[in-house]
Amino acid sequence: MESVEKQQRVSSAKESRLSEKKKDMLSGYLYVAPFFIIFGIIGLYPAVFSIVLAFQDWNGLGEMDFVGLRNFTVVLQDPLFWKSLYNTVIIGLMGTAPQLIVGLILAYFLNMAAVRFTNFFRVTIFMPYITSMVAVALVFGVFFSSNETALANYVIGWFGIDPVSWKTSEWGAKFAISLMVFWRWVGYNTIIYLAGLQSIPKHLYEAATIDGANKVQQFMHITIPLLKPFILLTVFMATVGALQLFAEPTVFLGSSAFTRDEAMTVVMYLYRDAFNLGSFGTASATAILLLIIIVGAAALNTWLTSGAGRRKKGA
Amino acid sequence: MSEHVKKRFKPGNIPVYIALGFASILSIFPFYWMFVMATQPSAAYNSIPPTLLPGGMLIENFQKVLDTIPFFQAMWNTILLCSIVTIIVLLISSLSGFAFAKFSFPGKNFLFICILLTMVIPPQLGLIPQYYLISQLGWLDTLFGAGVLFLLNPLGIFLMRQYISESVPDELIEAAKLDGCSNFRIYRSIVLPIIKPAFATLGIIVFTLVWGEFLWQFTVLRDPSSYTLQVALASLNNSFNVDFGMLLSGVFWATVPLILIFLIFNKWFISSITEGSIK
Repeated sequence: MESVEKQQRVSSAKESRLSEKKKDMLSGYLYVAPFFIIFGIIGLYPAVFSIVLAFQDWNGLGEMDFVGLRNFTVVLQDPLFWKSLYNTVIIGLMGTAPQLIVGLILAYFLNMAAVRFTNFFRVTIFMPYITSMVAVALVFGVFFSSNETALANYVIGWFGIDPVSWKTSEWGAKFAISLMVFWRWVGYNTIIYLAGLQSIPKHLYEAATIDGANKVQQFMHITIPLLKPFILLTVFMATVGALQLFAEPTVFLGSSAFTRDEAMTVVMYLYRDAFNLGSFGTASATAILLLIIIVGAAALNTWLTSGAGRRKKGA
Repeated sequence: MSEHVKKRFKPGNIPVYIALGFASILSIFPFYWMFVMATQPSAAYNSIPPTLLPGGMLIENFQKVLDTIPFFQAMWNTILLCSIVTIIVLLISSLSGFAFAKFSFPGKNFLFICILLTMVIPPQLGLIPQYYLISQLGWLDTLFGAGVLFLLNPLGIFLMRQYISESVPDELIEAAKLDGCSNFRIYRSIVLPIIKPAFATLGIIVFTLVWGEFLWQFTVLRDPSSYTLQVALASLNNSFNVDFGMLLSGVFWATVPLILIFLIFNKWFISSITEGSIK
């Protein structure tokens, strides 16, 4: 009698186990579904549509015309495309390379055991990152205004440099935009490097000190190699971000953003094609070219960075 | 105690303090200068030596901002947009994260890798079709249109899966199941209370991302009544003769709320950066 009851209980438990499994499966699919539904509509479909559009002539309203590779040849033969790519790369280099180096130095200082007030320094150095790109571009836009009396001109006057017309000169515009990118992102990189430095076990340095390695040697042979994942991450993010630059130059230049070419970036070129000139086909072709450039540059930079670390380790 | 002794001021570190102090001043100066200019007439900008002390036009300049752009409407739009997007992203991410961390279903790993792969697609690849889609739906100039792109947050799912698998014990879920709890009930009564810190981290990431984003909002919001703060501020700079006092007053009042929130919760902000990128 008792054993029958037990058997029944066991079998009903088994049954509920099975249906439990099915329920879990169902819940699993149900809970991950929203992402995939939204991604399908606003991620995948536009990406595929973009690739189709790149081979069409279309102004967004009328019929699409298949034109083969013509959009690509139009873009690639447009001097303004190459100028915008050149601008993007130059501003990217000037804005991001110093950012990573200074970030590393600041993080190293903040991580020194004997330094006090680190929380104050950390918060102030990180604060620019909280500010929006638009706000930064507007403040720098006034600082680097085209007036002769711009504060930036006053500052360079200390060094005996003549006033610059920051918004309309080739290097003035590039320098101002690079500087605002630099200012906004230094703190971000500092925080990431600081987290990296704090993850390095202290006893490695103690052992190296006992072995007679000086601070520079310790930095080159312990800090840099162990920090490599963090450096790779920041180089990757900075490369991808730099090639997508849009808000800073657009807002900095204001009404002349799409009419002058000193600081036009690739995304601005794309935006102008699509929304000012109504040429969705060439804009889509530009988007695909930019995607290829971003993937290539990110791969190249990641490869270079990891290579540099390896050589140092071997030496 | 030993920590305290270690951290005593050492004269040898003076150059380090100078470098850090210099970096701090350069980081803060634009904020201070923005405040100064927001309180000065536009003409103060041309004075030599430059004006570095606040003047008396704080209210007047802001009044001019209010006359030029619908500032409070834009502030409200921004807060509404950021809050709704953040709540939906937290919901989607925590549900998916829960499923990936605690359920087994066929194709789970494949689906998870798919989500990670979507991070690689750069946002402006789809810009034109996305704009076309939103315009076909009649969502231009609406917060729906401005917000829908931000609902995709693969990083959020990744963070939530990580956090839930580490901090929600399997035994607790098993016990709840024996008591006859449904999966959603488990999510609501057991998982949600445990993952509050992860909500704070992801919430800050999403909120500040949407707050500061420009390209997409600039593309779909054309009507001033639908402007978010960033689009409204950018429109202040669109004439050749800009009143700098007015311009920086707008930037100042748009920046102050976020800076205050940051100063109060700075530990959360800073850890959201490291957790969001290192994991």
